Amino acid sequence: MIEIKHVSKWYGDFQVLNDCTTFVSKGDVVVVCGPSGSGKSTLIKCVNGLEPFQKGEVTVDGVKVGDRKTNLPQLRAKVGMVFQHFELFPHLRVVENLRLGQEKVLGRSRAEADAKAMSLLERVGLTVHARKYPGELSGGQQQRVAIARALAMDPICMLFDEPTSALDPEMISEVLDVMVDLAHEGMTMMVVTHEMGFARKVADRVIFMDRGEIVEDAAKDEFFGQPRSERAQQFLSKILAH
Amino acid sequence: MFSNFDWDVIARSLPYLFYDGMVFTLTLTALATAGGIVLGTLIAMMRLGGLPVLPWIAATYVNFIRSLPLVLVIFWFYFLVPYIGQWVTGASRPVQVGAFTSCLVTFTLFEAAYFAEIMRAGIQSIPKGQVAAGYALGLSYGKVMRYVVLPQAFRNMIPVLLTQTIILFQDTSLVYVLSITDFLGAASKVAQRDGRLVEMYLFAAAVYFVISFAASSLVRRLQARVAIVR
Amino acid sequence: MSYNWNWNIFFDPSPEGVGTYLSMLRIGLRWTLVTALFSWIMALVLGSLVGVLRTLPSKAAQRFGFAYVELFRNIPLLVQMFLWFFVLPEVVPRQVGLWLKQMPDAPFYTAVVCLGFYTSARVAEQVRAGVGSLGRGQGMAGTALGLTTAQLYRYVLLPMAFRIMLPPLTSEFLNNIKNTSVALTIGLLELTARARAMQEFSFQVFEAFTAATLLYLLVNLVVVTLMRLLERSVRVPGYIMGK
Repeated sequence: MIEIKHVSKWYGDFQVLNDCTTFVSKGDVVVVCGPSGSGKSTLIKCVNGLEPFQKGEVTVDGVKVGDRKTNLPQLRAKVGMVFQHFELFPHLRVVENLRLGQEKVLGRSRAEADAKAMSLLERVGLTVHARKYPGELSGGQQQRVAIARALAMDPICMLFDEPTSALDPEMISEVLDVMVDLAHEGMTMMVVTHEMGFARKVADRVIFMDRGEIVEDAAKDEFFGQPRSERAQQFLSKILAH
Repeated sequence: MFSNFDWDVIARSLPYLFYDGMVFTLTLTALATAGGIVLGTLIAMMRLGGLPVLPWIAATYVNFIRSLPLVLVIFWFYFLVPYIGQWVTGASRPVQVGAFTSCLVTFTLFEAAYFAEIMRAGIQSIPKGQVAAGYALGLSYGKVMRYVVLPQAFRNMIPVLLTQTIILFQDTSLVYVLSITDFLGAASKVAQRDGRLVEMYLFAAAVYFVISFAASSLVRRLQARVAIVR
Repeated sequence: MSYNWNWNIFFDPSPEGVGTYLSMLRIGLRWTLVTALFSWIMALVLGSLVGVLRTLPSKAAQRFGFAYVELFRNIPLLVQMFLWFFVLPEVVPRQVGLWLKQMPDAPFYTAVVCLGFYTSARVAEQVRAGVGSLGRGQGMAGTALGLTTAQLYRYVLLPMAFRIMLPPLTSEFLNNIKNTSVALTIGLLELTARARAMQEFSFQVFEAFTAATLLYLLVNLVVVTLMRLLERSVRVPGYIMGK
């Protein structure tokens, strides 16, 4: 589904990604972890073209992301993304947030869009807040709405950029529960996160990045059991300590 | 299109334009800025100090002045200052003040309202901890302001103060309504005397542009440097 | 004090024969407000366009936006008025120039156009700051959904940016109203011009200018109140400005 081949990216003189190659098969859940500054957020933003890259190739469902002829809005409609800071549209009510992409990008009717929105809100347990504004919700609630907003587009895969990093600890589990359900339903997911419990539960593979490089890319059991690289071992020991 | 314009008129009138006109403009700008900042700081302190009545006076003054067009204020002071002079000196008739003095009073008092808001923002941006530390050392309110708060506030607001000065520089062109010979007034006089409106006004616009743009570019660079230090 | 006060002067007929001095001032006020409104609409439209240009990733758009803003910000308003009124008719083809010079109400149209451009540069800066204050995340979220750039600005960025900008935009609107007074130099008979005329005809300097002052204060009050109502009606619940 998602193929990343020898991708390199520079910000001016500074290299953020160095020859990254990996893939995410349909139905797989791939977790990307690593210290801050390792380039993991940048890497998944390359998948839906939010970040351009100078070298390499990224293909999503057969469509080349870097190709100038690619219709990016159309591609992005199929790739759902959830952000660290939720990024709900503050001037729109919850249901309107879910409506916007459906109506303006997919061309659905108001009735269709609303039906979809309400069913998704029910799935994440937030129907009672449908007419509220994002500012009136807690962080955990906002993030669940953000996930629903991405799902409303019926995406073929979902990208998560540190979805729980900005949440207070007591709200992390409500968001992770939604993500676990999603994984069990067979959604293709690429998740940047520090939540190793989540990785252990549903990940198929775990990628460890450091300083712009993919250092380790292994099946879950292998990664947690005996990671090959020393950097990965150090990182894991620090993270799993608490 | 530009063939029947006499660009020489600019060269011929340069001494008049700059020695008479620009000197007036720059002097007025410099003095009104200095006076305006001093007065504006006082007004800001009046507003933020804890004394009764003074904050209300300061706020009313600032809001009042800022509601009025500068042109109107220029007319006001042109007529008012002689009467104030009469009242102050106890003369029998309104005192004749020169054009420059009248303008200086006008611009200082007018721009002070704007400088006051800038300084107020500057003073308020200094963390309360600074004041507390000053008091804890035994400094009086006056000394805390003078040695701790104002120096920092002033330094923080330098880019904004400079930008307001550039605005002041451009505002001085409005003395035209009193037929006073500042830079624009001089250009206008030459234009009307020689019938060369296009050349003179384009030249005046170019000069104002070059000076203002250069000054604001310097301020931008200054802002960039200050930002890094913070 | 050797000044003769005469507050009844307002009810005396003005030498222009149109009515009292009071009605003279009232007509001036009307010109002030009409000029301000038309130029403001022009400034909003142009300014929003240029402001948006400055936030686009295209270098050409940004350079144009920068040049536009700097041009209108670094020349005094009065000089700009003169350029539009005196210089423009001379540098365009003869026919156009003649048409411009013979236009009825030329000072009005010139003032509207001049103020429109002048204020649009300031509005552009506000729009740029407003959109900039939203942070990159909002743009990314909208793009990730598949919105085109136009859709992104229309449905996500500009609605929030304008709410954030209401206070500074109110200031600009008030500035625009005050700036109409500069047009008296090209013959627009707005409020300050009328007050000056009243002063020249009647010699009642302070009555004339006090009336003008009070009228400007009144306009100020009305605008600020209306804007505050507008702010309240479009306020987004729960949003902390300047996140």
